[in-house]
Amino acid sequence: MKRSLVRIAAVAAKEFRHLSRDRLSGAMILGIPLVMTLLFGYAINTDVRDLPAAVADQAGTTASRALAAAVEASGVVRIVDRVPDAAALERRLADGGIVVGLYIPADFEHRLADGRPVGQLLVDGSDPVVQNAARALTQAPLPALLDRVRPGAAGAEPAGGALAVRAYYNPERRSPVFIVPGLCGVILTLTMVLFTAVAIVRERERGNLELLITTPVGSLELMVGKILPYVVVGYLQASLILAIGVVLFDLPVRGSLVDFYGGAGVFVLSILTLGLLISTLAATQFQAFQMTFMSFLPQLLLSGFMFPFDGMPRGAQLLAELFPLTHFLRIVRGVVLRDADLMLMADDVWPLLAFFVVVMALATARFRKRLD
Amino acid sequence: MSEAPAIQADGLTRRFGEVLAVDDLTLTVPRRCIYGFLGPNGSGKSTTIRMLCGLLMPSAGSARVLGLPVPDEAEGLRRRVGYMTQRFSLYEDLSIRENLAFLARIFGLGRREIDQRLRRQMDRFELSSMARRTAGSLSGGQKQRLALAAATLHEPELLFLDEPTSAVDPESRRRFWEHLFELVDEGATVLVSTHFMDEAERCHRLAILDQGRLVADGRPDDLMRDVPAAVVEVECAEPQRARRLLLEDRAVLHIAQLGMRLHALLQPEVDGPEQRLAGRLRDAGIDAGTRLIRASLEDVFVMATTPDGRGGAAP
Repeated sequence: MKRSLVRIAAVAAKEFRHLSRDRLSGAMILGIPLVMTLLFGYAINTDVRDLPAAVADQAGTTASRALAAAVEASGVVRIVDRVPDAAALERRLADGGIVVGLYIPADFEHRLADGRPVGQLLVDGSDPVVQNAARALTQAPLPALLDRVRPGAAGAEPAGGALAVRAYYNPERRSPVFIVPGLCGVILTLTMVLFTAVAIVRERERGNLELLITTPVGSLELMVGKILPYVVVGYLQASLILAIGVVLFDLPVRGSLVDFYGGAGVFVLSILTLGLLISTLAATQFQAFQMTFMSFLPQLLLSGFMFPFDGMPRGAQLLAELFPLTHFLRIVRGVVLRDADLMLMADDVWPLLAFFVVVMALATARFRKRLD
Repeated sequence: MSEAPAIQADGLTRRFGEVLAVDDLTLTVPRRCIYGFLGPNGSGKSTTIRMLCGLLMPSAGSARVLGLPVPDEAEGLRRRVGYMTQRFSLYEDLSIRENLAFLARIFGLGRREIDQRLRRQMDRFELSSMARRTAGSLSGGQKQRLALAAATLHEPELLFLDEPTSAVDPESRRRFWEHLFELVDEGATVLVSTHFMDEAERCHRLAILDQGRLVADGRPDDLMRDVPAAVVEVECAEPQRARRLLLEDRAVLHIAQLGMRLHALLQPEVDGPEQRLAGRLRDAGIDAGTRLIRASLEDVFVMATTPDGRGGAAP
């Protein structure tokens, strides 16, 4: 019994030694709770605020302007644009520039008097969380406004709220419709990075690299050759996820497949280079797994997959803009759910291309055809 | 002007932190010969080869390989130099043919050329019958032949072999050396590291390395002839006691036991070394037969690597 305890203590002490000499594991022990707690506690906020919005005010009266101001004062939306009509609002919704549109018709004053809904909220309903936040707008601040504009009108408030809501893209508020396209990006991020992260480390561990670097193969040739097969794998996975979404979850694919595959291609290339970079940094396959996991967590939490991007504080949003997943989520949701044109989403395509070029250059520069 | 030597190293030095792995190594390897690096593990053989291949940066000193400075021109030498790593470094999950075809394409061989070259290499190294087997399923000797076939695929002028025979049986080693002599006949230069004395003896020239330093070099025959010691073989009944007894003699530099025999190295200036040892043993009551024999490469190695005091260092 006593000897057994001594042996257990010996094993435990040895394990602590391993941990204290393995800097990466040490970093995970402190880093993961730190990052997760900060992200969940600080950055992630399901109270959606500052949704980009546009107003089409066809009434143009003092009261209609007061209505728009009251909607913005709620803090849920931030008015970024003013457009002439409802069609323009729909276009801005489709290209992802706004999430909420406030339409105030020309007969606003009559409606106010009649007690009919005075305007319409056009909502990008892809994300049920966002849709619910927008629906709340119809309730909260408006009775007071109506009271101020036309005393006594609050009593005549329509039962459905002063504003009618029209949800686009996912009116039934089904979560698979919103989640499956995003899941495509999340799964690709995990698998693509994992595959390439071990690509060079594995050759180093198995001793193949010592032979390979004495051949005429160039660093860039090796890097490009390493990621090409995974572009094919990435396309295969993206197609599979999309097919499952359509067949099992009734996912509507509204945009063109050319745009979907175009966006997926750029995205896959960019995350493959992230894997390559990890591969040049890690000494063992296990380290490569650890690094992959650590790079995946913040992407999962901040990209807008789990929580609405618009609910995050500015600092977290800026950080998230660096992640390929953030941009691909916008692209894939835009194309699949809103029939957005890839060309109109250039703001999310070029960051992916820039990521690809910069990280590829870093990985190639990190990889030396030497052993020291 | 005549052809540059295969390798010319001048003061080549490599440090790993505190450890001096290769210490001021200067040597010349002539063309069209088998040049051996003999030394125990940690003597700097692999580090030297890796520096000559451009895989490691020298901490000091310089080297020219086939007339070109390394590591600066290492990329330009890739097509002219072959390297067989100490550890099997081909892809275990690929077949023999796939491994060779991959390297042939990396080395820029044309499609038709690849077919011919692969057939020739597999015939030559007796791999044709197992072309579709994965490298991981091969025996030690087969892996070694595959590695040599891969290292010579692009017909290099200079071939580096880092302990190529450590993991194979004697018959495979014998055949392996036949291949090396063939390659030299065809004009190649071979630099091979080993810790086997019998292999070292087969080399045209030899460098003995110890703790990163070059302690002897020359033709094996010359090294054995010029060994600075008299070699006496002692046959006696109590070799352990005899060994202790003889080591008390200041003239005895080193004694190794080989079964019931003792192999003694004495200072060369001693007169009649065999009678001297026989006399000492007789005085102690041990009956022994002694005879003066020719030095072996092992004796050269012992003399070159034994610390000062009991045996000189470098000649």
